[in-house]
Amino acid sequence: MTEPVDAAAGPPEEEPPAGFAVRLGVAQRAGGVAVPILTAVVAFAMGGIVVLATGHNPWTAYKGIFAGAGLNWFVHVPWNTSTVNLDAYNLSQTLLLTTTLILTGLAVAFSFRCGMFNIGGQGQYIVGLVTANWVGVSFAGWPTLPHVLLGIAAATLAGGIWAGVAGFLKATTGAHEVISTIMLNWIAIWGGSYLFGQGGPLQNAQDPSSPVSGAVAQSARLPVFWGSSLLQGLDVGFFVALAMLVVFWLLLNRTTLGYEVRAVGFNPDAAAYGGINVKRSYFMAMAISGMFAGLAGALDMLGYLFQYGTLDVQASQIGFLGIAVALLGRNTAVGTGIAAFLFGGLLYGTTRGLNPNVFDPGLAGNLTSMIQGLVVLFVGADIVILYLWNARRKLRLRQQEAPA
Amino acid sequence: MAQASVLELRGITKRFPGIVADDHVDFDLRSGEVHALLGENGAGKSTLMNILYGLYRPDEGEIVVKGEPVSFASAKDAIDHGIGMVHQHFMLIPVMTVAENIVLGMEPVRDGVLLDERVAEQSVRDFSARFGLAVDPGARVDEISVGQQQRVEIVKALYRRAEILILDEPTAVLTPQEAGELFEIIRRLRADGTSIIFISHKLNEVLEVADRITVLRRGRKIDTVPREGATEAGLARMMVGREVLLRVEKGPAQPGDLLLEVSDLHVLDERGLERVRGVPFQVRAGEIVGIAGVEGNGQTELVEAITGLLRIESGTVTVAGKTAPQHATVREMLDAGVGHIPEDRQRRGLVLEFTIAENIALHDYDKPPASRRGWLFPGRLIERAARVIREFDVRGGGPLAFARTLSGGNQQKLVVAREVARDPRVLVAAQPTRGLDIGAIEYLHRRLVTERDAGRAILLVSLELDEVLSLADRILVMYEGRIVGEHAAGAGEEEIGLEMLGGGKQAA
Repeated sequence: MTEPVDAAAGPPEEEPPAGFAVRLGVAQRAGGVAVPILTAVVAFAMGGIVVLATGHNPWTAYKGIFAGAGLNWFVHVPWNTSTVNLDAYNLSQTLLLTTTLILTGLAVAFSFRCGMFNIGGQGQYIVGLVTANWVGVSFAGWPTLPHVLLGIAAATLAGGIWAGVAGFLKATTGAHEVISTIMLNWIAIWGGSYLFGQGGPLQNAQDPSSPVSGAVAQSARLPVFWGSSLLQGLDVGFFVALAMLVVFWLLLNRTTLGYEVRAVGFNPDAAAYGGINVKRSYFMAMAISGMFAGLAGALDMLGYLFQYGTLDVQASQIGFLGIAVALLGRNTAVGTGIAAFLFGGLLYGTTRGLNPNVFDPGLAGNLTSMIQGLVVLFVGADIVILYLWNARRKLRLRQQEAPA
Repeated sequence: MAQASVLELRGITKRFPGIVADDHVDFDLRSGEVHALLGENGAGKSTLMNILYGLYRPDEGEIVVKGEPVSFASAKDAIDHGIGMVHQHFMLIPVMTVAENIVLGMEPVRDGVLLDERVAEQSVRDFSARFGLAVDPGARVDEISVGQQQRVEIVKALYRRAEILILDEPTAVLTPQEAGELFEIIRRLRADGTSIIFISHKLNEVLEVADRITVLRRGRKIDTVPREGATEAGLARMMVGREVLLRVEKGPAQPGDLLLEVSDLHVLDERGLERVRGVPFQVRAGEIVGIAGVEGNGQTELVEAITGLLRIESGTVTVAGKTAPQHATVREMLDAGVGHIPEDRQRRGLVLEFTIAENIALHDYDKPPASRRGWLFPGRLIERAARVIREFDVRGGGPLAFARTLSGGNQQKLVVAREVARDPRVLVAAQPTRGLDIGAIEYLHRRLVTERDAGRAILLVSLELDEVLSLADRILVMYEGRIVGEHAAGAGEEEIGLEMLGGGKQAA
């Protein structure tokens, strides 16, 4: 019972905290993957129930959406890359949306890792669109590479500044980023509408009657690598987005800036104690978030939109969908990539990709919104899901004990 | 005095995910006795009492009150069975009067709806007189002292006809004098027939006030012993499961160079209130200067000003001969040679979601070798963490274990390891052993003495007078933002305790 106490040694560890710690760690890691998967499954299942309630067959509906998203392409081996093939074309369109969603998702995820909720992805995306359009139209005649790079750089920077305003306000006055980014969204939406609208500075000079921007010059357009540039093929922006997933991961995990951002996100008090400038971290994280969204706008504008109308500005939702992408992806690089693909497929498969004879597109579009909403709701409620999960385990434990 | 049991807990078991908080614990309370429940943090004391008070349901076992098996769904059920609890953190409404707080929920009513203040105050006065609890029923709760607030809690429980009173670590917030008064009250209540469960991890208190003592360790009941014949050493052994050195062994201090000098320091808190009002003191290499005081007398702000977390309003902090700029940042103070063991290791000291390796880098992640030009080298962080873990004997996981998964003692060791490994000239330790168990406290105390002997200047701020008395080479008493007393090691507890309450000779 008694043992000599070594001066350097601490209390002897009779308790099994190592075992407990390990188990907790495993549970957290398992919960980290299981929860979002469960979230997606439950969201889709509930969507199916609603489809059923409207008198449609959910199996047919989801099969239609699956086909509409071009996912059947993977089934038919050998893969036929020709986009004359409808499956391949649909898949290229899904990937086009995935490109945007990866970046608008990262825009939410990065600030989240710093403990902030960037609702302003939509506004930052629009600012990126507008800036890229302006550069793309204005510097016609430049060689392609510098023109494209300038467009991308300017739009990325503009998105960063737009979000940086919210970060700056939070750092200096404590203004909550949710409020300020929502307000900045409206400024971006109506600012964009003005710029592209009739008589607006960026309106198409060739067609003064319609509220549409000028068209991006050929020299500023991103090369298409899958499909035809005339049929909105998949441009190289897709690879830029994939690269940004890597950049996101490196930035967070391999730089001092990322260390600061994560420390502040987990515990701003401890970060301040450690000597980290918490306010600077808020600003930087927000600005970088905005840069991801601004880049999304640039790639869309220079990749396939080229021209944008005021109604498009007001109707666009892709930045908001980034919130669901980030939440479902647990604000990680890999998770955001997967969630972006899921939502990209869902979005395209329920709209243009959907065969209207299979399933009513009106209903399908609402299905997307519903699943999006459910995902946000469930991720917010993942505590509840974990609780149910544990309750189930406890129940099983009790049942095992009962016969004893 | 010892009669039949008024309360019995039989085979109480409570499991939480991954841990058994209480493992078939038996406990009985006789009528009119003070029964102490002794154990380290995490031994299962609080869980057991929360079960008794209806806040948790036991997984197994039964509760018997006055021979009748009961099942509590909520605290209200427990209260209805005559059980009252005074929590460590008081459940009082600060802006209401003492009487209003006490009758809350069972107010005497006048004209159908109005609170009958006269009746309320009178019944509170009656209760107070009967038990010798001096409380003014008309005073607002936020205007009375912590010790008086505790009495209000006790009267509140008695007003609800509690015959069994649970006191959860009641002395944690009290000065020695207030604790003495509390023990007096406890004795009077006992004489009046109230049965009391006294939860504590302080051996001397338990021996002073209890009739019987039950020791819990890691969720299991070790033994129940009468006070007669029990010793501190014996109880400590039961609590920890091995021999424990209760006194800190240290040689006399050998003060060297002046390393920390604070002069006429004034500090405002976040709300702009002046919390430090002209504090001067010096700490030399090789000595531990202890600051004693009741919580909230400016100690936190003093520490935060010295470490750059709060702005200095006026006055100076000089570290190793260099006076810090008035608005020094945390980083500047760190670079000046200040190490800081913060009073709240979970809120300030660690990023719990970070790994051990990342936590060790908290102060120097942006300097080589941890990083270069903004580029972080996780491999190097891990290598260093492995070294530090070995050197400081941090247990519970390797460099990649999350800080959250460590026990409290090991979390604190991790903080100390990080601070000491930076080789600071001045080490500020704010409540370094708060919430730790005896074994970990023993380690921390030894470590501080070791660091003192290595030539660091150590400023120890603690709410535990015992800790200051046993560790410090010089003792300063802080009261309402001022230093009201200075004593050599070995000074009397009485005098210091009086100064802590503002009653000393030099009190402002």
